[in-house]
Amino acid sequence: MNVTITINGEERSLDVVGSESLLGVLRNDLNLPGTKDACEQGECGSCTVQMDDEAVCSCLVMAADADGATITTVEGMSSEGELHPVQEAMLAEGAVQCGFCTPGFVVAGSHMFEANPHPTEPEIREALSGNICRCTGYGAILRAMETLAEDET
Amino acid sequence: MTTAPTTTIKGGIGTSVLRPDGEPKVSGNFAYASDLTAPDMLWGATLRSPHAHARLVRLDTSAALAMDGVRAVLTQDDVAGKPNFGQEEQDQPVLCDGVARCWGEPVAVVAADDEETARRAVESIVAEWEPLEPLVDPEQALDEGSTFREMTLRRGDESATGAVVVEGFYETATQDQAPLGPEAGLAIPDGSGGLDLYATSQWIHVDHRQLIECLDMEPGQVRCHPVGIGGAFGSREDISLHIHVAMLSLATGRPVKMVYDRSESFVGHVKRHPSKMWHRHEADAEGNLVKVTARVILDGGAYAHTSRPVLANAAYFSVGPYRCDNVVIEGAVVRTNNPPAGAMRGFGAVQGCFAHESQMDRLAEALDMDPLELRRINAAAPGDAVATSGQIIEGSLPTVGVIDAVEAIPMPEAGISDDPRLLPGGTGLTTPSSAVVRGVGYAVALKNLAFSEAFDDFSEARVIMTPAGVEVHTAAIEVGQGLITVCQQIARTVLQTEQVAVVWDDTSEIGSAGSTSASRQTQMTGGAVHAAAVGLRDKLIADHAGDELRADGVYLHGDRVATIDEICASGPVEHHVRFRHPETFEPDENGQGDVHAGFVVSAHRAVVDVDPELGLVRVVQLDTAQDVGKALNPQAITGQLEGGGLQGMGLAVMEQLVIDGGVIKNPTFTDYLIPTFMDAPNVETRIIEEGDHWGPFGAKGIGESPTISSTPAIVAAIRNATGKDITRVPVLPEDIVGI
Repeated sequence: MNVTITINGEERSLDVVGSESLLGVLRNDLNLPGTKDACEQGECGSCTVQMDDEAVCSCLVMAADADGATITTVEGMSSEGELHPVQEAMLAEGAVQCGFCTPGFVVAGSHMFEANPHPTEPEIREALSGNICRCTGYGAILRAMETLAEDET
Repeated sequence: MTTAPTTTIKGGIGTSVLRPDGEPKVSGNFAYASDLTAPDMLWGATLRSPHAHARLVRLDTSAALAMDGVRAVLTQDDVAGKPNFGQEEQDQPVLCDGVARCWGEPVAVVAADDEETARRAVESIVAEWEPLEPLVDPEQALDEGSTFREMTLRRGDESATGAVVVEGFYETATQDQAPLGPEAGLAIPDGSGGLDLYATSQWIHVDHRQLIECLDMEPGQVRCHPVGIGGAFGSREDISLHIHVAMLSLATGRPVKMVYDRSESFVGHVKRHPSKMWHRHEADAEGNLVKVTARVILDGGAYAHTSRPVLANAAYFSVGPYRCDNVVIEGAVVRTNNPPAGAMRGFGAVQGCFAHESQMDRLAEALDMDPLELRRINAAAPGDAVATSGQIIEGSLPTVGVIDAVEAIPMPEAGISDDPRLLPGGTGLTTPSSAVVRGVGYAVALKNLAFSEAFDDFSEARVIMTPAGVEVHTAAIEVGQGLITVCQQIARTVLQTEQVAVVWDDTSEIGSAGSTSASRQTQMTGGAVHAAAVGLRDKLIADHAGDELRADGVYLHGDRVATIDEICASGPVEHHVRFRHPETFEPDENGQGDVHAGFVVSAHRAVVDVDPELGLVRVVQLDTAQDVGKALNPQAITGQLEGGGLQGMGLAVMEQLVIDGGVIKNPTFTDYLIPTFMDAPNVETRIIEEGDHWGPFGAKGIGESPTISSTPAIVAAIRNATGKDITRVPVLPEDIVGI
């Protein structure tokens, strides 16, 4: 079926088959491999994208169900060459090791701050508990998010 | 080989410089192996054995070959060279040779126009099996003599006895590395009969060796390239899809890509060896260890992989960083029909440490002594002999230092919060704060650095001075740990210039850097970069009759005698080295000798909250003190300590592959639990800097030790909270409740 999706500010029209996930379309059809495929079960959060007002696991969204939606992927997080504050903070705090979980944390983190600009430590942990990181132990990710949570601007 | 920097250079050693691959990674622009594509690319897929042990009676690929879009279906008959591969012992068929010896063993591979067609083609292959009885009990395997290696370490007087004796049986489950990045590879034919392979790996040169043997090709015909890796932790030290995807590309003459999904990833790589251990510790009345006797059985599964050196580690690190003059350790790693085991962070020392630290706590209790005091009075230091090998410890080993440092970290607040997110059971609201009991536990670990037992362990690096800056060339694999930054920092400090870029070479461009494992790359490739940079610096100074190299040229008595452009007037100037660590030796018939290149110690303190009625555990705090030699990048070290500690916590309280009759029952992230942000404790780290006798600027590798001491510290804390005599990890609710 034909679907129209606004992805990172650009309206895209494409044919999808019934079994295709949004993740598959992003990675294979739209050349947006920044969104990562690590479990395809909605357990690890590596494929997190913003879909309208929600942060979703794109592996669990049928591409056909994204018709008419506005999607932001990690590739759309920076603007005019400027990194998003979550990207800057993760970089500065050493929150990136292998980096496979990073795109998911960038999108989920940005979504968290939109809903709650000053989250407490337990709120950060809870909001990001759907994103698995196997390298960092989450310490540096927590510190990165806390620098933004404390930022009054 | 420690050379003090003359002046501090921006981005040099000792600073927490940002990683150069960080910006592409946060932006989604970093290319991992699973992101690669090539024009006209096909997709590969693998048929696997549904049985742990079975005879392949019939294999009919005709229906798959007849499908539209299917370009090749290959079986063991299509392997041009050696039918078997393996890093240490070539015992694993590239594709099933008539008998499947483990569940998930590759049987046939397919290349098709797209992923879906490849998968459907695999399903259409007819494989008829005659199931055979699988050997899945490691003790039965030992009785039957089905072993990869057996070894006995004997030191001192076997008849020695101590006044105080404690014994225990211990078990550790099968842990999976579960790196987030799946196994992935892209093989591209070069048009001349050869190919380029871009596949997940920890050691491209050892992949290359196995590839050319099984493909029957000349070394120059195959080039293995470093690629972006989404974590490894040991899982990529052995071949997975490499030979398959190469065979498919040669058979079709087209690029072929293969990516495992999560369930196939759980099947497609080796795991941490499950273990069964028995230890007897004997001490005098003052607590001095008199004798340690131990037996350890590791289950290596169906194929050898790195089981031999893993067993050596489990045996050599079954006493820990303690002096003891009389030791008998009997070890065996058995061959069964369980999923193959191999390298995982800690490499045998994890299992041994869980047993010896559990024993040290038992001994302290029997002696009515403080557990840390018992460890301090037995702590090994430079000049002492390693209890199991007799090797005299050189360089630094701050065993007491890490114990003192971790003990000095402030304890978390004593009160139990009412916030359900901070209670055992979490937002399941299972546990009121009044039901919580808190426990504290400590553990200390000893680990070897780099490869041991006479392995010819080396790393090559080439450092090149160009007018645009310095290039560091290596084939070492960056798996996320931050080697890229360490290499830059070392070169900057030695060459006194900030303009340093790391260039990843393929197997045709430079010699091996060895594996990214064994906590070895900071010392080995870092050591190679250091030696190459020092060689280049000294050559430039000598060639231009100066006495100092700075960012803008060679100087003599403070005056510049050659600019960088003048230095490079005839082209870039380079220095290439093959760096080796101090020689190690084969152990003698009693397992004695200088078998290790160096040692590292770490200590953990865990604070846990337990709901003893429901058996639920929350790890509140997991503090650590780590011997690092010299901290080249403190931020990167903190990342290793926090992340390594959490993997140890995974083994302590949740991670295990459930294997029944050789079949993995939980190969998904739904059923194989990994610590999440909510599970992760707060961590305070302390870095102990005492320069070692080799390694750049006295640095030690620190990638593994935080994983080793973490597990037993958490179990000690659970015992402390509950009074339960827990002897198996992971600790499950039923172990605490006592069902």
